[in-house]
Parts: sequence; structure tokens; C-alpha cells
Amino acid sequence: MSTPCLTVVRPGLFATIQDLGRFGHQELGMPVAGALDPIALRLANALVGNPAGTAGVEIALLGPALKVEADSVRVAVVGPMALSVEREGASPQPLEPHRSHTLTRGDVLKLGAVTGAAVAYLTVAGGFALEPFLGSLSTYVRAGIGPLGGKPLGDGTRLPLNRDTAPPGTDVELTEPPDYGGGPVRVVLGPQEDRFTAVAVETFLSATYRVGKDADRMGLRLEGPTLAHTGSADIPSDGLVTGSIQVPGNGQPILLLNDHQTAGGYAKIATVISADLPRVGRLSPGGALSFRAVTVEEAEAIRRRQEQTIAAWVRAIRPVRPAGGVDLEALYAENLVSGVVDIVNGNGDILNQEQMCGRAP
Amino acid sequence: MDVRFTTAGDTAFNVEFGEGIDRPTNARVMALHARLKAAAPPGLVETVPTFRSLQVVYDPAATSRREVQAAVEAELAHAGDAPADGSLWRLPVCYDPEFGPDLAELSASLGLSADRLIDLHGSTEYFVYMLGFMPGFAYMGDLPGKLEKPRRSEPRVRVPAGSVATAGRLTTVYPWESPGGWHLIGRCPVPLYDGARPSPVLLSAGDRVRFEAVDRARFDALAAETAAGRFDADTLRAAP
Repeated sequence: MSTPCLTVVRPGLFATIQDLGRFGHQELGMPVAGALDPIALRLANALVGNPAGTAGVEIALLGPALKVEADSVRVAVVGPMALSVEREGASPQPLEPHRSHTLTRGDVLKLGAVTGAAVAYLTVAGGFALEPFLGSLSTYVRAGIGPLGGKPLGDGTRLPLNRDTAPPGTDVELTEPPDYGGGPVRVVLGPQEDRFTAVAVETFLSATYRVGKDADRMGLRLEGPTLAHTGSADIPSDGLVTGSIQVPGNGQPILLLNDHQTAGGYAKIATVISADLPRVGRLSPGGALSFRAVTVEEAEAIRRRQEQTIAAWVRAIRPVRPAGGVDLEALYAENLVSGVVDIVNGNGDILNQEQMCGRAP
Repeated sequence: MDVRFTTAGDTAFNVEFGEGIDRPTNARVMALHARLKAAAPPGLVETVPTFRSLQVVYDPAATSRREVQAAVEAELAHAGDAPADGSLWRLPVCYDPEFGPDLAELSASLGLSADRLIDLHGSTEYFVYMLGFMPGFAYMGDLPGKLEKPRRSEPRVRVPAGSVATAGRLTTVYPWESPGGWHLIGRCPVPLYDGARPSPVLLSAGDRVRFEAVDRARFDALAAETAAGRFDADTLRAAP
């Protein structure tokens, strides 16, 4: 019996294995990497019953096609993308994102274009049987670090699975796609806001910037009004984090994302707060954004509220309801258990759980 | 104490010990780095030493800036400025003109012969101030003043892995092929980054480095041994 796996039959454009990042080795110059949209990865893991930080496939632009070479596998996709399954002898069947799907041997899962965000995520129940490097399965392509030789999925890549059958239970879904909120991206000024003129700080916090075409997992070059330094743009290199906004001598800001180098020598005007990192990780070239300053304490409170919201989304995960509104099998099962079914809402227990937790904002 | 805290969002802050690149300032950075590593306060993710500041990274979902900063201040009160000695490394370097395409221009602009430049570069014990830019990229000081020259105005798109280079008062060995604006004067046959080693990065912040000139034949032999997996890089570590 060969190792259960998903085999890439069409590689897509840029799909990499990512978890929540390789922390603890930045002192060696090792970038953190990890999922650009950690909320989507966490939800995709919740849908297949994995711990939140289990590695999944981050899909940029156009996804791969994957053939199931296991008895069965449960997968989930979170993000704005089209997908379908091809079964031998049957016509392709579209599948919904934001839910799990149980596939069987020979099925080909076709992941299409990611539209409306930079990335989407595919997870598998039980995770991939890949060897962590320095404690993480995140891929850093620039230096070929991480699983699969640190490379994006290629034609014929085999993604080994920890399980050769899907776990018992039915498929589940999010009640709705995650809502990332809108409005200006919130930042904390610093660490070197004193290296910029007062006008530059005011401009930064009032202008609209556009993501330029130089945008990748390392960072987003922003196009907009120039920001003037009080002196030189250069500082003795110091630490960078995901969300650091550095401004080189040309005055055009660069918003650093997960593959950022660990240290840099340009003055940084501000840092995106952790709760808004998933939003900026979803930005693509041409996307517009503006900034609003908050304090560290406000940023912490926003993050705490966000964690509660994510927990509520996870708690609200429910068995999939069929397109027609009534799942007869579930109905019969429910009748056998409780004898009473609310036909309109499908499953009374789950409705109660939703009311208790509150709908997603 | 003349320590300044600066803010990097709600996941990190910097403890700044000064403005310049000098050993006493960096020693204080390294001393606090060592103490925080040992103390491991709750919610601390990691600390990243740089020239004159320590970046303190924490998990805002598990702790707060206030709590982490309090822990840092408690360690600061006890942190001296004398971290444990790092390793001393003897790194081979071949100054063949093929490996040092900037050797001629750099030595001419500094008013030195190429041989004198090579002598000066090899006569100094360098200190690894920090790593960054790429995994294993070590910023080493302090280059003799006579060799000081700003970065190239036109950075190269591709600098070969192993290139030994200088910029300002710093020198380095490029662990990867990458873009780079430093002056290339030679090449080291031993990889500074090797994913197969238990600790893939050879040098750590706080280590010291001496460059030892080797001729082309020795370079080729060492490169071949390395490629065949027969060279133990630990043999380059000198007794302290």
C-alpha cells in the first residue's frame, strides 16, 4: 500500500505549504514566513478538526488540481475561490468554499482562481505528513527553506497525508464567509516616527495608498504621497516585524509581510496592528488602503475582541445543509433522536448554539 | 540607564541602548538577549539582537506589552554588559580575482595595493554584531578604517553564495546567492548556511571571525570536500 497522498496534477501558479510561522530563529536571520491570512488558515483547520496552527496549502492567484490517492480524505477551503471535483465517468461538479468536503480515491480536486483577495487556504483532516524544519512547516521560497524543498507545489508534487481515510462524521460549514471588517488599516506609530516630519506623519495618516505591482509575500510597495524624513532615511539596521512600514529615501512606504527579512536599515514610520495583518495579507496589486493610528493598548483590546469573534465563528461551525434546504437523511436521523425537528431551520440544537454565541459581526 | 523603548505595533518593541555601531553598546544588547532567553517570561516569543537594540517579540493573544516590558525591565536591572564569549571561527577565503571582482577597483579607490588590502582584511579579528537580511547573513565589524568605503551605488542583481564582501566598516560572507551592494573581494568555500546541519547557520551574533587566505587549489579542495559532505565545519571553530 503506497503512502496516502494528494498528487498535484496541475500546479497552479503559486501554492505553498504554510503554518502560522517559524518563530524563534530570527536571531539567525531566519524569516518567520507563515500564512499571509492566518484567520483563513485557522478557520480552514477548524473545518477539518485540526489544531489551529496545522499547516495547509496557501493558494495565490490560481490554485492547483490535486488527485486523491488515499481511501478518502476530508478537505476544506477558506477564501474567495472557485473549486470543483472531477470524478471518473462524471461531469465536473462545483464545490463551495468555506466548508469541508469528503473526497474519495481517484477524485480530482480542482482549485480555481482566487478572486477578491491575495490568498486562500486548503487544509486536510489530520494534516500533511511532512517534516518540520526548525519547528515549522512554513515555506520560505526565496531561500528554499521548508517542506518540499522550500518550493511551491510543482507538477507531480506528492503531498503525503497523515490519515488514509477521512475521519468519521459529516461535512461541516462556516455559517458565512469570515468578515474582516473595513475602514482604515490600524497602525501603531513607530518605532522611528521621530525620523519623519510632522507633515509626513499627518500625510501618512490621511492619504490613500495603492498597492503597486511589486507585491509578494515579502511586502507591498505602496504608491501615494511621498513621506519626508527629518534627516537620513537610514538607521543602524534593527528588527522588523510583519506589518512594519519602512520608508526608504524615495519616500514611498513598503509594508512588510510574512517573508520580510529579519532586520532592515530604513526608518519605519508605523506598524500594522496584529488584528489587521490578515486584512493586509489579503491585499493584491491595485488594492487601496489608508491608515489610522491607535495606541498599543487599543491594538491589544482590538486583538482580544477579534480572538473572541474567531472563537465564535469556530463554535458556529455546523453540519452542512443541502442546497434544497432539507437534508432528508439528517431529518430522519434527527427524528430518531429527538422526535421533533424544526424543518425550516434544519437542526434546532445548532440554531440555539448560534443564538448563544451571536452571529458573526 | 540610558535605555529607550520604541514600539513595533502590538507584537514587538525594541530596547535601544544607543545610536551607534560599537562593541560596548552591542555587548549590552547581547547581555539582555541572553538573560531574556534564560528567563523566558510568559508570552515572550523570541528576542532578536541587532547592532544597538534588542527586538522583543511577544504574542498579544497571550500577554500584553505592559507585562512583557515589566519583565524586560526586571532583567535589565540585573543584566550587565558582558555576555558570555562567543566562538572564534577561522574562515578560509580565496582572494582570487575571479572571486573578488571589486578587488581592483576598491583597492585603487582606497589608494592601496590589492595585496595590502588582502593583508589588512585578514589581519583583523571581526565581531559578529548581528544576523539578518538572509538566513545566516552575519554583519561583522570592525573593518580597519583604511578599508572603509560605502556600498556600491549600483547593487548587483546576483552575488554568488560564499562571496566575501565589505561595506562601510563591515564585512560579511554571503550565505546565499542574492542581490547585494557590498564590494566583493573573495570567496569562502565553506557554506555559512547548510540546512543539513543540526544548526543550519554557522555563525551566531557575538561570535568572532578571522579570515585565513587560501590559494585556489586549497579553495577547490575544500569546496569539493564540502560538496561531498566530507567537511566538518566545526573544525573551523578555534579553541576559545
